[in-house]
Amino acid sequence: MEAAPRNLKILTGITIGLFVLALYMVFIYAPREAVMGDVQRVFYFHVASGWVGAVAFLVTAIAGGVYLAKRDRKWDRVAVASVEIGVVFTFINIASGSIWARPIWNTWWTWDPRLVTATIMLLLYVAYLMLRQGIDDPDRRARFGSVYGIVAFVSVPITFVSIRIFRTIHPVIIGSGDPAAEGAFDMTPRMLQAFMFSLLTFTFIYATLLWYRIRLGRLSEEVEERKMEMMSV
Amino acid sequence: MIEVRGLVKAFGVKPVLRGLDFQVAEGEFVAVVGPNGAGKTTLLRILTSMARPTMGEVRIAGLQLPRQSGAARKILGVVSHQPLLYGDLTADQNLRFFGRMYGVSNLDDRISEVLSIVRMSARRYDLVRDYSRGMQQRLAIGRGILHRPELLLFDEPHTGLDPDAADMLDDLLIRVADEGRTVVMTSHDLTRAGELASRVDILSGGKIARSIKRGELDRGELNQLYYEVTRG
Amino acid sequence: MAEGVGAVSRVGPRGAVGGYLRAVGAIVWKDIAAELRSRELLGSMLVFALLVILIFNFALELDLRTRQTVTSGVLWVTFAFAGTLGLNRSMAIEKDRGCLDGLLLAPVDRSAIFFGKVLSNLLFMIIVETIILPLYSLLYNVNLFHPGLIAVILLGSIGYVVVGTLLSAMAVQARTRDILLPILLFPVVLPVLVAAVRATTGVLQGLPLEDYQAWLNLLIAYDVIFLGVAIVSFDYVVEE
Repeated sequence: MEAAPRNLKILTGITIGLFVLALYMVFIYAPREAVMGDVQRVFYFHVASGWVGAVAFLVTAIAGGVYLAKRDRKWDRVAVASVEIGVVFTFINIASGSIWARPIWNTWWTWDPRLVTATIMLLLYVAYLMLRQGIDDPDRRARFGSVYGIVAFVSVPITFVSIRIFRTIHPVIIGSGDPAAEGAFDMTPRMLQAFMFSLLTFTFIYATLLWYRIRLGRLSEEVEERKMEMMSV
Repeated sequence: MIEVRGLVKAFGVKPVLRGLDFQVAEGEFVAVVGPNGAGKTTLLRILTSMARPTMGEVRIAGLQLPRQSGAARKILGVVSHQPLLYGDLTADQNLRFFGRMYGVSNLDDRISEVLSIVRMSARRYDLVRDYSRGMQQRLAIGRGILHRPELLLFDEPHTGLDPDAADMLDDLLIRVADEGRTVVMTSHDLTRAGELASRVDILSGGKIARSIKRGELDRGELNQLYYEVTRG
Repeated sequence: MAEGVGAVSRVGPRGAVGGYLRAVGAIVWKDIAAELRSRELLGSMLVFALLVILIFNFALELDLRTRQTVTSGVLWVTFAFAGTLGLNRSMAIEKDRGCLDGLLLAPVDRSAIFFGKVLSNLLFMIIVETIILPLYSLLYNVNLFHPGLIAVILLGSIGYVVVGTLLSAMAVQARTRDILLPILLFPVVLPVLVAAVRATTGVLQGLPLEDYQAWLNLLIAYDVIFLGVAIVSFDYVVEE
């Protein structure tokens, strides 16, 4: 069993440091939002985990494309590692959104486009994992995973647009905000700093987890290989 | 006709073929024998470009696989241990369908011709699902030779046949081979392979371990060699 | 050997296009011929579709007022459910007796096989829809005869069948083939169903075109995008 490489250890240290700092910024540095109160602080990690989910699924689609072109199993390990992380963070995104929505929108759940898209996205990638589970041949599993990873990623924006054409009540904080959206607010500079810092921190968390998960995938394949060798001797 | 050099095929981490070299000249009838799991079917699937080689060079009639597989498929006729036929279609419809896929000209005449070669003319308009295993296999051979391929690949054609049907199949195999076609057949039936083929290759350990020309060894010696090679 | 290479090079560009269309046509012809004999696929789709409509009748109490608003939803859910049955069966036929291998051994482009299967799946889907629509209209006394509806149903069915054919080719090769297709398919075709339901409602309520034009555009965009994705990725789904 090999030890974690030095760079991975350094990255892990940085990520932990960043996360502690991010906690400080979100809970102490950033001011309390005037109307919504402390529950608004959910927003920082809520958006950051949604961001990680989107990045993770983009990475899966790209890694799938590279796998199909190069047929190097390494890329499939990247793709599946990224999906697993993306599913977890998308779930955190939806759950934290729910916690925020309860006092602000007065409901745990609404049929808002972003909420529904995030949920459909979660289902898509759970389906991705189920597809992989149903295939025994590793090459075929990698091929089908790559194809479905691309198909799923292409469908997400179309799903979003289709639900968007329905009415929305989700607040738009970045870009052209609809002032009528319930729960919208203007960010003070400190809020913006805390928000940007959360995004950075979560991106680091994603990269660290991805690295560990890819390593785990490679190691478990090596274990398989050793087992095969033992059996064939 | 076939040139394979340094062929490696691994499923996941498990290598099945390990640097296999395999040559077949035009007009030869080569039987590839070996125990179950030796990689006979894998070798054949790579030759039909149904599977990709992990490493190594594969050429059929000078065409490189898998890059030129489209062109190579035109001159290949394949009979696998599954019939590759549609149960809800008649023999005529099955052959008509595959004939169109291969772009066979004068299809009606060719279908009649092929059906008489495989002695299935009487059942031309019957559903394939009602055929016995032996009849399905004969029609499968008809499907394999329909487009007049230069190279025929047979994957365990005797699987699931009773002895009578198997003998009939042997007659048929000899007849199609005598038309000057190159034939590669996999089998785990050493006796049949020895009788049919002009050369028997023993596949073991992911390579062609021994290659025996017809007449080099008698039946007993061939059997003994086979057990020595495969049992290790 | 020289002969074989010669035979290959004889096929000019014209011959290639002809061969491509002939292969697509052969697959459609083969599927129709087999279906005329067995009637398994259409039979099961139709019976299932009728059952779904009957279940909706009792689940939603389709009285006169409810019918106005839910008809398009009921219809599309019925088509989508019956559709997975047909898609699964259509690919399972190819997997039985190794027929898919037989198709792949033929010297035709893989996309010709894909188009052939898409066209026959689309044909079966449309046959089911043309039987279910008048039947629904008869059972519930709703007028469904609007020319605009044909366009909506065609656009929706194309998107559904294109993605469904690609994903069913993956699902039949999995160990869990019987349960996998709807799980893979429904989250991907959700936009098709949303758009088709809204556009159908628009047509049935006699709204002006601009009221549901956005949904038609969405359907067209979806069909074009996924046709592209499917053609490129089908090769990877059927190779080994």
